Amino acid sequence: MKIGIPRAFLYYEYFPLWKTFFEELGAEVVVSDPTTKEILDEGVKTTANDACLPLKIFHGHVVSLVGKVDYIFIPRLKSVAGGEYICPKFCGLPDMARYSVADLPPVIDTEVNVRKKSKNLRKAFLDAGKYLTKDKKKIMAAADKALFENAIYLSMLEEGLLPQEAMDGKLCKRRKKDGLTVAVMGHMYNVYDPYVNMNLFEKLEKNGIDIVTVEQVRRETRDGYASRLAKKVFWTFARNIIGATCHFAEEENVDGVIYIMSFGCGIDSFVADICERTLRQKTKTPFLLLVIDEHTGQNGVDTRIEAFLDMLNRRKNYESNLSPHGEHICAGKDAV
Amino acid sequence: MKVTFPHMGNIYVLVKTLFDTLGAEYAIPPKGSKKTLEIGTKCSPEMACIPLKINIGNFVEAIRMGADTVVITGGCGPCRFGYYAEMHRQMLKEMGYNVDIITLEIDDTGIKGLVEKLKKLFPGKSVVEIARAMLKGFGAMKEMDKLDEICYKIRPREIEKGATDRIMKKFEEDILKVKGEKEIMRLIKDTRKAIEKLPVDKNFKPLRIGIVGEIYTLIEPLTNLNIEKTLGNMGVEVARSLTISKWISRHILQAGIKFKPRPFEKSAFPYIRTMIGGHAQETVGHTVIYSKEGFDGVVQIYPLTCMPEVVAGSILPTVSKDYDIPVLTLVVDEITGEAGYITRIDAFVDMLSRRKERREHKNELVLSGD
Repeated sequence: MKIGIPRAFLYYEYFPLWKTFFEELGAEVVVSDPTTKEILDEGVKTTANDACLPLKIFHGHVVSLVGKVDYIFIPRLKSVAGGEYICPKFCGLPDMARYSVADLPPVIDTEVNVRKKSKNLRKAFLDAGKYLTKDKKKIMAAADKALFENAIYLSMLEEGLLPQEAMDGKLCKRRKKDGLTVAVMGHMYNVYDPYVNMNLFEKLEKNGIDIVTVEQVRRETRDGYASRLAKKVFWTFARNIIGATCHFAEEENVDGVIYIMSFGCGIDSFVADICERTLRQKTKTPFLLLVIDEHTGQNGVDTRIEAFLDMLNRRKNYESNLSPHGEHICAGKDAV
Repeated sequence: MKVTFPHMGNIYVLVKTLFDTLGAEYAIPPKGSKKTLEIGTKCSPEMACIPLKINIGNFVEAIRMGADTVVITGGCGPCRFGYYAEMHRQMLKEMGYNVDIITLEIDDTGIKGLVEKLKKLFPGKSVVEIARAMLKGFGAMKEMDKLDEICYKIRPREIEKGATDRIMKKFEEDILKVKGEKEIMRLIKDTRKAIEKLPVDKNFKPLRIGIVGEIYTLIEPLTNLNIEKTLGNMGVEVARSLTISKWISRHILQAGIKFKPRPFEKSAFPYIRTMIGGHAQETVGHTVIYSKEGFDGVVQIYPLTCMPEVVAGSILPTVSKDYDIPVLTLVVDEITGEAGYITRIDAFVDMLSRRKERREHKNELVLSGD
């Protein structure tokens, strides 16, 4: 039996888990191809017009799997950590796909909600596994293995590997260069999809820049910083992002921050603002906010990134501390 | 301590009753206007939803009237509203206003924390007194919502056009002048009687349109383009899926008590299986209910980038097809041009009345004009 998994949204966080789980139970896992213009176009056609870019891409991937698989796996993720939520769109994801994609194969729409009871995770596994086998023991064994694989994957991300590298089984840690360090922040599905970020990682690496992402900050560090906020951030992934930002602000270990946000993202509208404010209050780290949607032109973004990098280089290497209008712009410790 | 709060439709009636009963000092912000929006847009995150921007505008206008404490309800997700208070705190601080923000919510501190906050808000009052005053406020709100509902029925049928609006306008001026629960209740009841006495055309069968969507944009006249009035004056009877008193009884008085699924949950079930935050389930459920009740159309209103309503919005076209009920979706933000929307509403109503006419003639094509 073939189970299709769209290469979008939480693929970047949970794919090893899903893959291991279904393969252990004897299914064949089919992932959709990396995002392309065609996939996005299909997605735009099938979604509500003010939906966010990742949602459109997700639908595009679902469309591209139609006809190739027996089942499509679209879990209904309500909460993935105790006392927390994730974006409400994830809760309605199977419903949206079902009512907007034509000829959709049967959907495995397991509900995951561990907000109040962590036991519900077991229920979710049993629910997803029942499509393949009736043997509960076998399902739970597969679940254990899957959770273990995912934990390894996430720790590999912490070591500095990018999701694709980690999934391909690369082991070496990326070398730390002496150049600039830039943090690329945002939700995983915006940051790690090369089509969405317009090959940002490649571009930065070509310029000799060392990239840090949210997932590379240790979980405990992130949680520690995030729990210091006056009001608890109740979205799991936003909490990670804010925690990482506070870490960068406190340690001042990055030269610049690029935040990738999709137009119309409800959570990022607050989170990007909080990140910018945190950085501005505590440090003088430059902050670049890239808002993307399906109309974003590559050239405009390239220009902005180049200008941003030029500015970072100047700040770090030479130049006086004078800004064009005569105010000190970088009196920080990095100034020469 | 002078307390203020954000506007949301007629919620000021509830708050006024509550504060009058407890003898607290308060400032009601001026009714939302373009100016409110302007203040709010200036300092809010660009992509934030419009209620946040209007709230900030309300606060700043009230602070200029002398308020020093802001009270707002909160929540713990998944909708953005739960994080409003923290954003408000940061934004007001950045604008240089030194005010206290009290968030009424049940968070990690549980009921105890909420009681402490209430005691801080009403110093020297016991929990029982506060609870009693809240019930009085809720009572006034229920009456207010009833008054609105009667307006929806009378407005399309009134013989002298604009009579309902005139009475309601006077009411809005008077309510700010009266004080105390008794006077507020009397004013509401008197207004209701006055409206019920208006001469109406009893044989007129108006079009019926249900209004669904996100609660704030649905209820606040600044964001809903006064849709009830606009439609009413076009000769359409409206019904609103959400009211403040319904919301309170559902989420506060009956919190945690649930014997069986509510009607809208049942009708939404085939489309949206669980609560996903916001009012997506209500939107879909009520669309189905309105269709079953024989309404002619449904209007959905929500703020740009609203997460739960985007989910509902993607599903509504299917509901519309399944139940054969036309749906008009209006997405509002701070640059919404009123004229453009009025044209769309106008066209929608025209389409509905033509549709109704055709059905009455057993689907035979008829020329308009008679």
